[in-house]
Amino acid sequence: MKSLSELAAIREQMKDKVAIRTGSGDIRVVVGMATCGISAGARPVLNAFVEEVAAANLTDKVMVTQTGCIGICQYEPVVEIFEDGKEKTTYVKMTPEKAKRVVEEHLKGGNPVSEYLIGNTKL
Amino acid sequence: MVRSHVLICGGTGCTSSGSTALREALAAELAANNLSEEIKIVQTGCFGLCALGPIMIVYPEGTFYSRVTKEDIPEIVSEHLLKGRIVDRLVYNKNDDADEDAAAHEMHASLSDTDFYKKQKRVALRNCGVINPEKIDEYIAMDGYFALGKVLTEMSREEVVQTLLDSGLRGRGGAGFPTGLKWKFAMGSEGKKYVCCNADEGDPGAFMDRSVLEGDPHAVLEAMAIAGYAIGADQGYIYVRAEYPIAVNRLEIALEQAREYGLLGENILDTGFNFDIQLRLGAGAFVCGEETALMTSIEGKRGEPRPRPPFPAVKGLFERPTILNNVETYANIPQIILNGPEWFASMGTEKSKGTKVFALGGKITNTGLVEVPMGTTLREIVEEIGGGIPNGKKFKAAQTGGPSGGCIPASLIDTPIDYDNLLEIGSMMGSGGLIVMDEDTCMVDLAKFFLEFTVDESCGKCAPCRIGTVRMLEILNKITEGNGEMEDLDKLEELANYIKSASLCGLGQTAPNPVLSTLRYFRDEYEAHIKEKRCPAGVCKKLLSYNIDPDKCKGCTLCARVCPANAISGTVKNAHVIDPEKCLKCGACIEKCKFGAIYKK
Repeated sequence: MKSLSELAAIREQMKDKVAIRTGSGDIRVVVGMATCGISAGARPVLNAFVEEVAAANLTDKVMVTQTGCIGICQYEPVVEIFEDGKEKTTYVKMTPEKAKRVVEEHLKGGNPVSEYLIGNTKL
Repeated sequence: MVRSHVLICGGTGCTSSGSTALREALAAELAANNLSEEIKIVQTGCFGLCALGPIMIVYPEGTFYSRVTKEDIPEIVSEHLLKGRIVDRLVYNKNDDADEDAAAHEMHASLSDTDFYKKQKRVALRNCGVINPEKIDEYIAMDGYFALGKVLTEMSREEVVQTLLDSGLRGRGGAGFPTGLKWKFAMGSEGKKYVCCNADEGDPGAFMDRSVLEGDPHAVLEAMAIAGYAIGADQGYIYVRAEYPIAVNRLEIALEQAREYGLLGENILDTGFNFDIQLRLGAGAFVCGEETALMTSIEGKRGEPRPRPPFPAVKGLFERPTILNNVETYANIPQIILNGPEWFASMGTEKSKGTKVFALGGKITNTGLVEVPMGTTLREIVEEIGGGIPNGKKFKAAQTGGPSGGCIPASLIDTPIDYDNLLEIGSMMGSGGLIVMDEDTCMVDLAKFFLEFTVDESCGKCAPCRIGTVRMLEILNKITEGNGEMEDLDKLEELANYIKSASLCGLGQTAPNPVLSTLRYFRDEYEAHIKEKRCPAGVCKKLLSYNIDPDKCKGCTLCARVCPANAISGTVKNAHVIDPEKCLKCGACIEKCKFGAIYKK
């Protein structure tokens, strides 16, 4: 390595990879990963969130994690989004494709995708 | 794509409680559950809560699992890593009452919320337990080597030294000499110079340097290169004890990676600056932590001190100007360069800036490593961070500075801890060992313990230390065996003062401190041993007698059967008696008695 800029390049490349360990994040995306969630396809949803958040360069702001059964098994996969100072948002019957749109419009743009919300979904 | 990191402590403490096997078991379980791509295992340095090891932290949640065993792994994987249900029974948790609402409930297990971590301020330990110490890239991600880059490209040598002077950083090895001043002295001289690192941590109970080397070795390498630039040296040595195999191994890996990246070696970052570091393994002699003895040992000779002056900054290693700093001191330096001296000086007290790492041990709930701003009171460290004394016992004193230090009695528990306050009350900072004692500790016995250590470790070069400490120990033995006289206390003090003023090096000059400080604060205990032939804490065996309460004894004969000396006599269903002449005072009978009939006094 012959310059500071090379050092900086390594830092940039690595930063995202260790950011997960700061345990912070103003926004928490919580995917329900109980047996009901997993069988309804929560794992690909979870992975899609992780990938899309990283692709959108949001890893320092958004933390993606899982939780147990939320109690509305018929709506799984369920994803809840917690933001500081705001009411939580609950998305239901999620898919990786929907996850992508939520990252784009809600996490990045700040506008919840209303059609996926629990109040607007019929079984 | 990795969605979760599982950090497993790979420090000496957790390794000895089995973290290596844990790591292997987790890797196998992840593979079996097809999760290897999603979950990354990271081996880190010490988290600090060594008593609760092996320790595991799961991010992004920051869930803090303690005392994890191999058998727990399948549950952690299937419940937490797959389904996101925290395994409550393994969570280290002192704040259960804090989580009331559901959202908080999920976070209650987070590391940073525990009392143990909340009051800490981590500077020297910032990367310990966060990064993988065997990966230079992770250190770089935490701004690693940017301080070196800044120094080499933007700062003159004088500016570097001035920054350290302004920061107020003092040597963390114990004596507290201003680091910047040391560097300034060495900067002034010409010719070949050396940068040395004292990693010969020898105080009983102190392990902060080991943890830094194990958890963040690159911080030390970077700081040494900065020191090399500032004083004009191109060669460094780290003197580390061979009993720290994990630290040595990680240092070797770190050196290799730094050389590969061109951050050590020739023409670093294309600035024309050359610097490389070699390791020297010490064989564990305590005296080799003394600076002149350490350098003599690096030269390949028997590790013995020599008189100062000349000081190392003038004539040190291989008779050349040398600076020698402690591991923890170095670990602070990259942060000072990056954040500025004002940032560092904003922490701490008037004359002691920054933070200090303490190794908490003894009669304390949270044994481990803590880093707090200078000026934190002993009460905060013991009661809040340390979680207090177990079993409802009372705090009696804390010992700081190991065999060179003294004790802080309960009456001074609100003293803000910094270099000068500790000296004033007859102790010293030392390297940061902090041993907590409760009412069951005999202070005469404690002084004896440390004196035995220095008698053992005295190198024998000078008479006051070689002979004087042995004479002091003989007097202490006499007192603890019940043969002491009041004049002995005066003799102890007189001898102590001679040894302090006449010894060649720091080892002898400070060896009497534990005796002097216990005499100062616990003279009544010494007097009880001498006048009443009684050990108030019930520790000194020769002064104890074991007795059986005839009212409580049921005559079960169990005690008579376990007594190795056949000192207990009595018949079935009749009260037994202990023959004090035969009794070895081993305590085996007390452990076996189901009726609490045996007591010592």
